[in-house]
Amino acid sequence: MHVVTFTRSTPDTAAKVWVDADGNVTWGDVATVVNPWDEYSLEETIVQANSGGGESTVIAIGSELHNDALKHSMAMGIKNALRVEEAKADINDSLVWSALAAGAIGKIGAVDLVIFGKESVDVATDQHTYQLARRLGWTMLSYVSAILEADYAAGVIKVEKMLEQGKQVVSAKLPAVISVMKGINEPRYPNFLGIRKAAKATIPVWTASDLGIDLPQAATAVLGYANPPAREVSTEIIAAGDMEAKTQVLVERLFEEKVL
Amino acid sequence: MSVFVWIETFEGRALSSSWEALGAARSIAEAKATDITALVFGENAESIAGAAGQYGAANAIVCTDELVRDYRLESYAALLSDLVATHRPSAVVAVASNRGRELLASAAADTDSGLISDVIDLRLEDGRLIGTRPAYAGKVLMDMTANTATTFVTIRGRAFPPVAAENGAEPKLESAKAVAVADAIATEIESFASELGKVNLADAAIIVSGGRGMANNPKSPPDGISGDDANIWKAKDGYENTLRPLANVLGAAVGASRAAVDAGYIPYDHQVGQTGKVVNPDLYIACGISGAIQHQAGMRGSKIIVAINKDAEAPIFKLARYGIVGDLYEVVPALTAALKQRLAN
Repeated sequence: MHVVTFTRSTPDTAAKVWVDADGNVTWGDVATVVNPWDEYSLEETIVQANSGGGESTVIAIGSELHNDALKHSMAMGIKNALRVEEAKADINDSLVWSALAAGAIGKIGAVDLVIFGKESVDVATDQHTYQLARRLGWTMLSYVSAILEADYAAGVIKVEKMLEQGKQVVSAKLPAVISVMKGINEPRYPNFLGIRKAAKATIPVWTASDLGIDLPQAATAVLGYANPPAREVSTEIIAAGDMEAKTQVLVERLFEEKVL
Repeated sequence: MSVFVWIETFEGRALSSSWEALGAARSIAEAKATDITALVFGENAESIAGAAGQYGAANAIVCTDELVRDYRLESYAALLSDLVATHRPSAVVAVASNRGRELLASAAADTDSGLISDVIDLRLEDGRLIGTRPAYAGKVLMDMTANTATTFVTIRGRAFPPVAAENGAEPKLESAKAVAVADAIATEIESFASELGKVNLADAAIIVSGGRGMANNPKSPPDGISGDDANIWKAKDGYENTLRPLANVLGAAVGASRAAVDAGYIPYDHQVGQTGKVVNPDLYIACGISGAIQHQAGMRGSKIIVAINKDAEAPIFKLARYGIVGDLYEVVPALTAALKQRLAN
């Protein structure tokens, strides 16, 4: 059996990110980290591949910026890593992204399960996960908070999914694409041996022609980036009187603001 | 052509956030000189379509076939894709809820259409629909457009005002047949544990949030609980007996910082922030939250922020409109009492 996961390098969540004078997004010299949501999908990929006695592969789509995330994944314990880079592809477009991802899955061959983190913190979207499932024609199970059963020989999986209205237990046939939530597991830290092994690994790079696919037209275009308007607030610290008086003033202010 | 709006339903009732999607669709429809078609699938579809008419839908396509009685991504996406392929709407709009996200992304892939997700603003420039969406946890905004005949759009909850309901408006009804999916039971729903009654963070007009400071509860844990467990006990007691009463008075949802979630004080589904939920309520009351940049990323869109923290230097005060410097275990009960008194008058 074979479990595949996707990851990417993103700026550290504590980093300041802004749009520079040329209109490009930048985070200065701050190092990238593995997309924080992917910590959980990487861990789950290792757990599932181990329990099924099979292979694990991590894929990044994009430039060599993402090699750091791939090496981190290998250091955690994912067996294989590869990167898809295609100069002609606008990978900001989720349909182009998912065509490349589906091509990579097709080239790998017998894959039972694809695991994603909930979303990418940089572009803040999860649409590519669902679109990959459609491209593959596989079942999609999103917002998975627990894998209750996975029988790779029988080709079935049972998961707990989170909805805004509660939790659902759903069973499905494999192969499937799932996206997992924080809390599904405790991601491990890479150990010294893993880090050394990952540092030495060469990561193969596949292009669209290696995948044998025709690139679709991008269906969307990014027109530009902007810094959000500064939050103009003047803070009023309510300090006069005892606690009863302070909270009464606060309540009056909130009524004046018409938020109560 | 018409602008489609998917009306999300749950157990035979429309989610009120769907009226926001109709509000967002109205500006597109007006600019394109067309009208709005509500799509309602499943239980009570016809009566929900009637309600959608009051919120601005001129037409409604309903499907009440057994195959779409309950939401399942496969059957809903097959039907939506089929309707888009046959009707060629200029746009398809839904709220970026868990289901809205997966359904619209799937149908966009099926129909090779562009999708702009989680938008906070929509406008038409030279006939092109442009959506503004936050990226990098709201640190950056990006403008996107689609170059396909149909543009799929998911809107962030509470970013678009719903249209006022008009009594008596009746949408023109059309009924659709569900589309058989290749493997109709690829997924099977085995059970559902409802958490209705709890206020959903994404929809909440008011959120009361607690952070690491929740562990400063002056109450003592029962004998035998010490160390980290004592902090967890104190914080849990604080959420239940100090924060929850304030939330109840306000009809608010209870949120938390990542620090509090990671320390085991409260379950993850309460987490607000970069790796939790992004919220934009009218009022956000941050109690014992220092305001790390990751937390700010999840709540800086709130209209009015109130900070309660004993550290006057906490970064949260820079974001707050009002602040009280003090121990949340003294401030929150006093605030709850003051509110009760004010609301009683």
